[in-house]
Amino acid sequence: MAERRGRVVTDVLVIGGGPAGIAAACTAAEAGLRVDVIDDNPTAGGQIWRGGPGGGAPAATAWLARLARSGASLHRATTVIDVMPQEGGPPAIATHAAAGVGVWQARTIVLATGTRERFLPFPGWTLPGVVGAGGLQALVKQGLDVRGRRIVIAGTGPLLLAVAELLVERGATVMAVAEQAGLLRLVRGAAAIIGHPAKLMQAARIRRAIGPVLRTGTFPLAVRREGNAVVVTLASGPSGRERRDDIPCDLFACGFGLVPNVEIARALGCELHAGGIAVDGFGATTVSGVLAAGECTGVGGVDKALVEGRIAGLVAAGRRDQAGPLLREQCRWRRFAALLDRTFVLDRRLAHLAASDTVVCRCEDVAAGRLACHRSWREAKLMTRIGMGPCQGRVCGPAAETLFGWSPDDVRPPFSPTPLGHLG
Amino acid sequence: MDDRVEQASVRLTIDGVVVEAAAGTSVAAAILNREGATAWHVRRSVSGAARGPLCGMGICFECRATVDGLTHVKTCQLPVRAGMEVHTDG
Repeated sequence: MAERRGRVVTDVLVIGGGPAGIAAACTAAEAGLRVDVIDDNPTAGGQIWRGGPGGGAPAATAWLARLARSGASLHRATTVIDVMPQEGGPPAIATHAAAGVGVWQARTIVLATGTRERFLPFPGWTLPGVVGAGGLQALVKQGLDVRGRRIVIAGTGPLLLAVAELLVERGATVMAVAEQAGLLRLVRGAAAIIGHPAKLMQAARIRRAIGPVLRTGTFPLAVRREGNAVVVTLASGPSGRERRDDIPCDLFACGFGLVPNVEIARALGCELHAGGIAVDGFGATTVSGVLAAGECTGVGGVDKALVEGRIAGLVAAGRRDQAGPLLREQCRWRRFAALLDRTFVLDRRLAHLAASDTVVCRCEDVAAGRLACHRSWREAKLMTRIGMGPCQGRVCGPAAETLFGWSPDDVRPPFSPTPLGHLG
Repeated sequence: MDDRVEQASVRLTIDGVVVEAAAGTSVAAAILNREGATAWHVRRSVSGAARGPLCGMGICFECRATVDGLTHVKTCQLPVRAGMEVHTDG
């Protein structure tokens, strides 16, 4: 199978073509190594530097041009489906693309698999017109027209404000941005970013644009459809004495922070730390020959991703001695990541929004009421099929973790649905 | 947006209706750009509930549709092509 569909031997295989992966690939390729970058999206850039009909960010354009000059090969629309032990090196990686299955043997693997949104179930969250906050941002960058649409945003984290800013810029009316973190926590967080002037200016700019509709200590209770409108019920105030407010809109975008994508890392046998891939200061995971960089090691933004990617690229090229100044910069951004974690801790009430008939697993339509009696993810999976649909628990896993305290187990190959004809 | 060159658009068919979309638009965005409230209804869940895109980045599979006869295509990771035929469950 592998021989027929192509086996590629390379120095460095970078998995993920966002900022961390691009920085790692450029750095390693510029040092003279053969580098291959695979990404499951149709264009490189990851979520933050997503191109599309509206064009991309200037930083993205510069890095993508550098990647093109670096000599690294970019393989788009290519999805990792399995990992296989290999003599004398890190595991081989099997991928699927339109052309079929490929097998990659690399001396060094750099995991730059990024992050995804955490979704929490509440009544009505599966209705059409309810979308991820980052999800809506991605769809707008893909060409979704939001001119004149009334949009409510809720959840937690700096992403909500970035989404609001983009929507306003593209002609939507943002009715409210509900941040679940309370004002006190946010003020403490804002005080701490004084050490990061660029982030502070970004926050001030967004605050000017979004300030009037920003509600802190506010979270969604439920959503319902009334004719063509989506009606969002927001709650604020202390537990047991919440004030409720119904807001009609066209779209409701929500996201409850970001979750590192660690499925491939776990399949490779890498240990995790605080939800991300465990790495040392040089990006080394617990598996020999496997490095990790960017959001998949802990969510801290694009600057952290770029510096970690550059360090991983140097390490892959055997130039670890040149990483000195980058290590100091990395420390700064890892502190910033820790600050984000502290500032946007989830309110416990968010774990109790789902009613017994609220779907938790969207692939298999498993409601919260069928899950509460189980003791573990494994048991619930066997009894209810939660996490056994095409997304393999990528959406309901983090939700179940918040709701029930379960740790979802590994995904199984193929990690993503693959046509049977390609697996012959 | 104004200083950018006018971009080429492509024609495709969604549920039997010809639509025009800017080059580089994803099939998911083209589906959602249709008129009316039902535009966000892209597929039916295993128990028949109406669903629409959630993650926009190829994770959730809620934007699946049939494209040129191929079923279960994640439309948020697929750019539009001229002459494409898309069928939703909507």
